[in-house]
Amino acid sequence: MLTINNISFSYNKRYGDLFHDFSLELNAGNVYGLLGKNGAGKSTLIYLMTGLLTPKSGEALLDGVNVRKRLPKTMSDIFLVPEEFELPRLSLKQYVDLNAPFYPNFSKEDMQRYLDIFEMGGDMNVNLNALSMGQKKKVFMAFAFAANTRVLIMDEPTNGLDIPSKSQFRKLVTTGMTDDKMMLISTHQVRDISDILDHVTIIDQSRVLLNASIADVMSKVAFRPLREGDEPLFVLQSPYGPLGAVPAEEGEETKVDLEMLFNATLQNPAAINQLFTTSK
Amino acid sequence: MNFKDNKAIYLQIADRIGDQILSGALVPEGKVPSVRELAAEIEVNANTVARTYDHLQQNGVIYTKRGLGYFVSPEAKEKIVASRREQLMQGEMDYFLGQLKAVGITPAELQDLYSEYLNK
Repeated sequence: MLTINNISFSYNKRYGDLFHDFSLELNAGNVYGLLGKNGAGKSTLIYLMTGLLTPKSGEALLDGVNVRKRLPKTMSDIFLVPEEFELPRLSLKQYVDLNAPFYPNFSKEDMQRYLDIFEMGGDMNVNLNALSMGQKKKVFMAFAFAANTRVLIMDEPTNGLDIPSKSQFRKLVTTGMTDDKMMLISTHQVRDISDILDHVTIIDQSRVLLNASIADVMSKVAFRPLREGDEPLFVLQSPYGPLGAVPAEEGEETKVDLEMLFNATLQNPAAINQLFTTSK
Repeated sequence: MNFKDNKAIYLQIADRIGDQILSGALVPEGKVPSVRELAAEIEVNANTVARTYDHLQQNGVIYTKRGLGYFVSPEAKEKIVASRREQLMQGEMDYFLGQLKAVGITPAELQDLYSEYLNK
């Protein structure tokens, strides 16, 4: 659906390429988690795939059409929720009336449903400027989901949300997701989203270190207390004793721990790569 | 980290549905929520829930009626009890017996404890 072909990009020639010959394929029906350290290029990648930045070479295609052309058809298929944004000095109703026409599949009922999930459903005449940052984020995300674009990309969506709204955000994703949509969530808050992902993509210094479905991760890596003879990919000390990410034994299935997976992948990229490229 | 904590999510959901069948919240021949409904309710990825349903279907706990969705099998309770028994014997019992041995509980003591428990 969304294909990134051999993209190279740099903000400044002096510092070299942030992305070099980078490729990635994102398919409909999946919720992707994009993980990477600070400065790994997550936000830049998002801007490249939504046509907000121009690559030095290579291209990002939505159904074969270069997103950088920013054709109306493409723009009405993509919604980006950036980490930080400003909302205009309008009422929520005015905002919806002005912006909904850009999205042919926008649904007022969905908007109400998503506002209700976030407990923001009371007043459509509320002034957007009077809202707190977290409330703005909720209102904007309710609009983003109600736009029903085929591609929905969110950069740190749970940042700034209070404790109950993290669960509400997961409900938004699991309610709004359908087989013809693709969602991508870039985040450091892996605990907030680990149960709602289909697929995890870990990038570092313009390389894809891991790009695998959660089902694939589950069949290849086990997350559990360490036993004698284990050769862990990552060890985490805990009050219960050492826990680890270890290559899964045949038929061994444990709950995927994204935090451990992330650390294992950064600490031990070669071993992870080998585990995921060789078939069992 | 206990047995429940690091169990694969799709199996945790299967346990949850199993509990509902054993408690009578879901009845034989009753309808099971759709994959999307349950995914939204418990805030878990729909493909994970689909995997749970595959698993339950393979174990004969639920079955599909074409176009109508999933239903609880008439023999669901027996199937769940059988599979839980197997799980217990494979994993948790071993851990439990290890703990008993470590603190020196004798077979006779264990028998007394269990009889007492059953009579409660």
